[in-house]
Amino acid sequence: MTKFNRGALRPALIAALMGCAALPAMADELFYVAGGVGKQAENFKEIVKPWEERTGHTVTLVPMPNSSSDQFAQYRLWLAAGTTDVDLYQTDVIWAPQLSDYFVDLTEAAKDIVPQHFPSVIESQTAGGKLVALPLFTDAPALYYRTDLLEKYGKEVPKTWAELTETAKLIQDGERAAGQADIWGYVWQGNAYEGLTCDALEWIKSFGGGQIIEADGTISVNNEHAVQALDMAKSWVGTISPEGVLAHKEEDARGVWQTGNAVFMRNWPYAFGLSGGDDSAVKGKFDVAPLPAGTAEGGSAATLGGWNVAVSKFSTKQEAAIDLALYLASAEGQKRRSMLDSQLPTVMALYDDAEIATAVPIVPRWKDIFANAVPRPSGPTKGKYNEVSARFWSAVHDTLSGTGTAAENLELLELDLSDMQGSGW
Amino acid sequence: MTDRIAGRASGPSLRQRRQRAAFWFLAPMLFALFCVAAWPLGRTIWFSLTNTTLSNLYGGEWIGFDNYLSMRTLSSGKVVWRGTLVDPAWWNAVWNTIRFSFVSVFFETCLGLIVALVLNAEFKGRAFVRAAILIPWAIPTIVSAKMWAWMLNDQFGILNDIGMSLGLLSQKVAWTASPDTAMTAVLLVDIWKTTPFMALLILAGLQMVPRDIYEAAKIDGINPVKVFFKVTLPLIKPALMVAVIFRMLDALRIFDLVYVLTPNSAATKTMSVISRENMIDFDKFAYGAAQSTLLFAIIAVFVSLYIWLGRVDLSGEGSK
Repeated sequence: MTKFNRGALRPALIAALMGCAALPAMADELFYVAGGVGKQAENFKEIVKPWEERTGHTVTLVPMPNSSSDQFAQYRLWLAAGTTDVDLYQTDVIWAPQLSDYFVDLTEAAKDIVPQHFPSVIESQTAGGKLVALPLFTDAPALYYRTDLLEKYGKEVPKTWAELTETAKLIQDGERAAGQADIWGYVWQGNAYEGLTCDALEWIKSFGGGQIIEADGTISVNNEHAVQALDMAKSWVGTISPEGVLAHKEEDARGVWQTGNAVFMRNWPYAFGLSGGDDSAVKGKFDVAPLPAGTAEGGSAATLGGWNVAVSKFSTKQEAAIDLALYLASAEGQKRRSMLDSQLPTVMALYDDAEIATAVPIVPRWKDIFANAVPRPSGPTKGKYNEVSARFWSAVHDTLSGTGTAAENLELLELDLSDMQGSGW
Repeated sequence: MTDRIAGRASGPSLRQRRQRAAFWFLAPMLFALFCVAAWPLGRTIWFSLTNTTLSNLYGGEWIGFDNYLSMRTLSSGKVVWRGTLVDPAWWNAVWNTIRFSFVSVFFETCLGLIVALVLNAEFKGRAFVRAAILIPWAIPTIVSAKMWAWMLNDQFGILNDIGMSLGLLSQKVAWTASPDTAMTAVLLVDIWKTTPFMALLILAGLQMVPRDIYEAAKIDGINPVKVFFKVTLPLIKPALMVAVIFRMLDALRIFDLVYVLTPNSAATKTMSVISRENMIDFDKFAYGAAQSTLLFAIIAVFVSLYIWLGRVDLSGEGSK
């Protein structure tokens, strides 16, 4: 019996070996680490499928927690230890200056596709003349609102934060009286982490309070417009936003929103596709608008987000890894991602793509908002950005949770930041 | 007698030979301890005296005690102090850790003692209850912390749901978000998790107490409360003291629970959390190493004080 089996298996084995030999070059197995929100981890397989079929290589996604601060800590540890287990890293738009030493310079490899992308995005990923990472998608947040509720109460989409506060309060009170006890006016990201830096930067900028640290390195955060902005946000906690908003990240806010328990939400474009999904309580009942303005001079502000792919210099399969990075950043790769994850591409031509416009209508509408988005001060502060951001979000979180007033906390923050700055960033 | 004299003349004495053998038996253990305890500790202390960063681990230069305390004179003539020892964030973390340790160990000891007394009694299904009560201790901390994070969630959490439907809460409470309740939430989870461990250690002590003492007390008609304070407590004191030391050491270096439940809240940041934050997030490896070294020193002081004040007999000689 055994003998027979062995005889029968041998031709099959030979055929399998020949099959392998017929593939172009050698098939590598790559490891790609990325944190993700929504269905990004599941969709990743779909995105890389054409590349896998074309090259014969395989990619395994190593999933990470969705907090960008947690990912950064883990990546820094791996990179400092020079791990060879990971070939590609999905990196946040703000990380390039801090991690540039560990990644392969992609300037030469990507010279053909770089001109297709928005120059500002490419610039954000260039540190010391080195192209550290290639863009996968960009991000600029949106105000999600419930069309059905605004219509029911005869309200317009708010143009200013004051209007938003008023409308949210009115609808929240009305709906609660009508029996929906769990509804909240506005949900956003108030946990003490990188996301709060984004949210608070938008408030401050929209009130004309600058961008924490200006491009030339001056610390501008302690001013009356910023105080005004934070006071406004503080007034939301416990009134139109749940107290728990101070522990919310993107996915917590989306949880409240997508179960139909919020009138407004501040979130990134990824939530657009998911909110319209079949399991969503708000399907067909929502739309997006730019974030409200603070004052006339401030206007509406959106923090520039976005994720990129970098190739580890410790990778033993760099050639295949670079090829994958090029594919993911190409028009083809970005289009697949746009369609699947409702993300904003960085390839300019894709904003005029008819297929994307039908499937993900937010994309063409967001082109201008993204083009005017405010960058976080990762450029001027270089290696100290994380600490700057942590001090900033702590000061904001303290203010929101009632530990000290906005004016006191911003004054202390200014002192901390200038200590950190020392003789220069 | 003649034998010993002969032995001494011909070579090392029995005592010397035994010592030498003992050394060789202990050598692998000493070597292992050196590798996993002494070397990392020494390395951390060394790092704390340099300006090492995570991106340049082997290029640190000696800067003395600047990470702990340094004095700088500004060009305006003003003198400023820098370093961990004058860092308010560090002292806040020290205070948080100490508060956490005392409160959690106090409650865990009291509750653990009660649970152990119950489990020490004879009743039907005791074996089953003993196994069941260990479940919280058996779950990995990360898993239980995440589980509690969901139960404590302000919108979807079961605790708020129960509280609301029973009318105990007037509105949903954001347990981990508000600075007033964040520490309570962390304490709650830690007490839930570690009480079984204390109960088990105390139970082991309880089972060493001879039964005939209780019988004698019973015959003399002594009130059970008096029996507990006069007989049980003094007899289990050595076991209790050791259990408290274990827990105290554990509580002073608390990290995982805080990191998962409330990672960035100043109300719960402990020494380990802040040290990790500096080492990895802020790329101030040496500064974080200085904080780790201080953490080590604080724990060492605590344990020495405790052993000295409580006259704890760690060798077990006294109970013979």
